[in-house]
Amino acid sequence: MNVLLAIVTGGLFGAGVFMLLRRNPFRLIVGLALLANAINLLIFTAAGLTRARPPLIPTGAEIPPENMADPLPQALILTAIVISFGLLAFTIVLFSRTFETLKVNDFAEMKERDE
Amino acid sequence: MKPLLILPILLPLGFAALSLFFLHMRRVQRLLSVVGMTSLLVAALFLLQFVWRQGIGVVQIGDWPAPFGISLVADLFSAIMIVLAALMGLSVSIYSLADIDAPREGAGYHPLLHFLLMGVCGAFLTGDIFNLYVWFEVMLMASFALMALGGRRLQLEGSVKYVILSLIASSLFLSAVGILYGLTGTLNMADLVGRLSASPVHLVNTLAVLFLIAFGIKSALFPLFFWLPASYHTPPVPVSALFAGLLTKVGIYALIRVFTLLFNQEAGYTHSLILIVSGLTMITGILGAVAQNDFRRILSFNIISHSGYMIMGLGLFTPLALAGSVFYIIHHIIVITTLFLVSGVVRRLQGSLQLPEMGGLYAQAPWLSLIFLVAAFSLAGVPPLSGFWGKLILVQASLSAENYLIAATALMVGLLTLYSMSIVWGKAFWGTPPDGKAPVRILTIRESVPYYLPMAVLVLLTIGISVAAGPVLTLSTRTADQLLDPTAYVRAVLGEKP
Amino acid sequence: MKSLILSTAAKYLLPMLLLFSAYLLLRGHDMPGGGFTGGLVAAAGFSLHGFAFGMSDAKRLLPARPLRLVGAGLLLVLGSGVFAMMKGDPFLTGTWTTLTLPGPGEWKIGTPLLFDLGVFLVVIGATLAVLLGLGRED
Repeated sequence: MNVLLAIVTGGLFGAGVFMLLRRNPFRLIVGLALLANAINLLIFTAAGLTRARPPLIPTGAEIPPENMADPLPQALILTAIVISFGLLAFTIVLFSRTFETLKVNDFAEMKERDE
Repeated sequence: MKPLLILPILLPLGFAALSLFFLHMRRVQRLLSVVGMTSLLVAALFLLQFVWRQGIGVVQIGDWPAPFGISLVADLFSAIMIVLAALMGLSVSIYSLADIDAPREGAGYHPLLHFLLMGVCGAFLTGDIFNLYVWFEVMLMASFALMALGGRRLQLEGSVKYVILSLIASSLFLSAVGILYGLTGTLNMADLVGRLSASPVHLVNTLAVLFLIAFGIKSALFPLFFWLPASYHTPPVPVSALFAGLLTKVGIYALIRVFTLLFNQEAGYTHSLILIVSGLTMITGILGAVAQNDFRRILSFNIISHSGYMIMGLGLFTPLALAGSVFYIIHHIIVITTLFLVSGVVRRLQGSLQLPEMGGLYAQAPWLSLIFLVAAFSLAGVPPLSGFWGKLILVQASLSAENYLIAATALMVGLLTLYSMSIVWGKAFWGTPPDGKAPVRILTIRESVPYYLPMAVLVLLTIGISVAAGPVLTLSTRTADQLLDPTAYVRAVLGEKP
Repeated sequence: MKSLILSTAAKYLLPMLLLFSAYLLLRGHDMPGGGFTGGLVAAAGFSLHGFAFGMSDAKRLLPARPLRLVGAGLLLVLGSGVFAMMKGDPFLTGTWTTLTLPGPGEWKIGTPLLFDLGVFLVVIGATLAVLLGLGRED
């Protein structure tokens, strides 16, 4: 399972970087989203996997069951999702404004207007 | 003491939230902004005094004990950085009263300023590496919005470059945090100290380099600096002044924190790498500055170049060198912010910041010229100004570490800084404006006060540091000693280990 | 573009989504849910209404301007943390109390609920501010 997830994480990173290198702004946003998901999966895999033991204390019990999943990476991922959600929303607004104002749809055309 | 530690986060949050209610009342906004920054500065000064007298202060948020919850830690380095951040925040908020237009204020300029300060102070205070990431994002979010706010073409273009590169740096940072957690099972920096030294060296080194790249992008080090001169000259002047003074320094702070506390096992490898990066950063930065024609771009390249000095002390990794770094950060934040603020008045007076279109500022505004001259000389390190002392300590440290190459680099870059500043002086302040230029504007008294007050205070502070270099050096030395001996930090956070 | 299906669905979905968001908010302390998810569901309801009837119409349904909602939420968060500080505990320490009401019996309420409510408002306000920013034509 670890190996499989490692391959998936690597694939997501690769796809994300590939999209980041495109000249189209929309693809860049897709790339950022893929990268964010790759990192979440990375945190999840690196912190260790357990099968079917959610970190919840059953009703009536005082202590959590043995060998339950580590709740911290889940909290980290949740925070990271929230942050990347906010950042992506902002980036989309910024890009749509910018490329509407510049009337281009390509990063290469932006460079010419630098000065 | 406990409220004191958290006030630098709570005060900006409170004032930002309050001013969101008064977006359409310009006067209330401005009042809240200045009052908020003033109270932040007062709180920061009390915090510094507390840490100086009683040592490292710790608060466990939500009363969760140390390795499990989030700890806020204030040692001398954090406290100094918070004081500087608050000082820059106050200067910029006063300056903004004259320089920010009504549409920008209506769109939330002042709350964003406070959110930015909250992120910066949070990053300086936190003792948890994931929490550091979160504060970085708070700071970035506010800075993105400030960068793009009310922007036309050029400003939006600058924002796009800034946003993309910042997001990539954050991704790297977060990946490194994830792997760090997988390796050690903890995120509390004090707890990490012990666990990292028990981890395999090659993995720790890989992580160290990942952190170096992530923070290197944020603090615009060689070869990752290209986003800074592409964006810092586009937003309104107060915004770029604040970014110049604070944002890259948060990256430097994180580098120094992480590479003194966590990654100090293989100093021969990691810190030599930092030293090489520092030398290359100094040289490329200043060569870029010499080649530019735009006032703010010249200053932007100078930020890059002088970031090299700040991590030079970290690379040498001796007590004296680290004290030099801390001294240099204190000096540089004040001086570079002053220079950026000067550029705003210059633009008002001359209508442009392109050097070929400028001239005759010395006759037009002698006081402004004096402020520029002092700050520029200080930046270049002309004795007896503050930059001279900073460079002197660093060069002395490199000589005693028998690293003559970096000492020569530091001296040469100082000289080139003087050259780049003299280009600005010669073209903008001396000389005559080119023919056919629109008539220059005169500032009214009402406008001049918010413009000149912060610049005058900051320049006096620079002179103060130059005169009282001894006490500031004592402060820097104690800070460096605290940084180089993590046991006190660990004990303060985790308590006495049985 | 007007769509009959979308506008009819939005009319019925908005109150249901709001109710569901309140449910998520209240169960969030011990079970999956909480201020963030609740806020997102409520924001989804408002934006659905916005897609069907126009964003300015959705804005009118809100009790206040989106950015004021963010401000109010942040003040609630701040208040929930400072409450513990006034008792001498560190910032954000949870404080609980039990209320006995005639109808539902015993209610456990505490500062984390206040914190969640703050997050709820911030999420609604921020999401709608972004959507309004996207939809604005100038």
